[in-house]
Amino acid sequence: MIYIFYFLFFGFLLTAIIGLLASWIDRKVTAKVQYRVGPPLLQPLIDIVKLLGKETLIPAGSSKVTFLMAPVIGLASVILVSTLLWINNINPTKSFLGDLIVVLYLLVIPSISIIMGGFASKNPLASLGASREMKLVLSYELPFILAMLVTVIKSGFTFRLGEILTFQAQNGAFVGSWSGTLALIVAIICMQAKLALVPFDIPEAETEIAGGPLIEYSGSGLAIYRLMKNMLMFTVPFFLIIVFIGGLRLDGIHLLYGVLKYIGLVALMTVIRNTNPRVRIDQAVKFFWGPMTIIAIIAIILALLGR
Amino acid sequence: MSIKLKALLKSPWVFHLSTGSCNNCDIEILDCLTPRFDIERFGMLLVGSIKHADVLLITGSGNRKSMERAKRLYEQIPKPCLVVAVGECALSRGMFIHSYNCPVPIDKVIPVDVYIPGCPPKPEAIIAGVVKLIEKVRKSTEKK
Ligand code: SF4
Repeated sequence: MIYIFYFLFFGFLLTAIIGLLASWIDRKVTAKVQYRVGPPLLQPLIDIVKLLGKETLIPAGSSKVTFLMAPVIGLASVILVSTLLWINNINPTKSFLGDLIVVLYLLVIPSISIIMGGFASKNPLASLGASREMKLVLSYELPFILAMLVTVIKSGFTFRLGEILTFQAQNGAFVGSWSGTLALIVAIICMQAKLALVPFDIPEAETEIAGGPLIEYSGSGLAIYRLMKNMLMFTVPFFLIIVFIGGLRLDGIHLLYGVLKYIGLVALMTVIRNTNPRVRIDQAVKFFWGPMTIIAIIAIILALLGR
Repeated sequence: MSIKLKALLKSPWVFHLSTGSCNNCDIEILDCLTPRFDIERFGMLLVGSIKHADVLLITGSGNRKSMERAKRLYEQIPKPCLVVAVGECALSRGMFIHSYNCPVPIDKVIPVDVYIPGCPPKPEAIIAGVVKLIEKVRKSTEKK
């Protein structure tokens, strides 16, 4: 029973609210950087309500079931990840063996759902976007998992998120050490690609392939995708906060620290997004398999040496 | 007014279609996105795909080739949707009225909700036109 409560309240409702707020912060900061006023506070919510009220068109000749299922699968996995993260964050003893691996897998599913939707919609631009997304997933997963390995090594080879959290509560957060800092930098850049924000928004590329995999989506399908992306904007930084910066504590002054950690990460994302041009897909693959992987491996070696 | 329509008026996403304009109107539309006018503060975004759009913004005189496409695009917008004609060409074919290539004005082919005159209209005029459109939709639903 308590899990259903976690699922509905923390996993869906709270994550959605914070995610919508984060996407508003993102748009507002972007507008401020460009000397504009920016959208009002409720804009992300209004967008989603509007999209829910619109007609859903299914392109002729597309695979109907996959086309309609793909956004739902993506949203479901995001809700599941955020529930897992919240449970671990609130009660570290509730974690099970290997939930770090489960979270890593579930975080890929939103990308896979976008790929599925793109290929199902029978549009050349959508297929192009989906294939780019696939290459991007292949490229950033390697350094991302290597960076996660650093925390596993540092917390004494445990795969439980709860133990990683309690270890950090006793011995200080992992960012304090050299290997932790390097791994966090790698993870932040991978997060940028995971959320498809600007230096790595190659799959969506509004100006060349007009929205990429989502080009044929309208109405509620698009609304679910947008909600999924907004929720990811909370879930992925939250995951990094748990693994590297010691989680969000909900009591007293620690709540303020938690909010500051999160806002810091979101602001960093937005600044990176606003100060960089889009790279090509081959550049992105080279970047992730070259420098990023090397930095992650250096971090692992440092972690094994105990630094 | 239903919540559906209210949300639509608060976040109209715009798809910009040029049916053979001289490009001046298109530049003025892009001007609306610049820091000086910033239509994003009304929730408007320029989208790249017709399936995401709520408002079809048409410029240009509507020549034979592009009117077929415009009609097809109009059929593809998820309803409810609105159509805005920008510029003298889109209203009445302007200086191309005697051209062999522009047989009918746009509003003979697809229903237009609001007309924004000018050659090209200023960004202020475009924003004022959209505000009029929003008022019009609001009034028409209040009567019901
Ligand atoms: S109305 Fe004037 S500015 Fe606009 S497309 Fe026609 S000729 Fe060009």
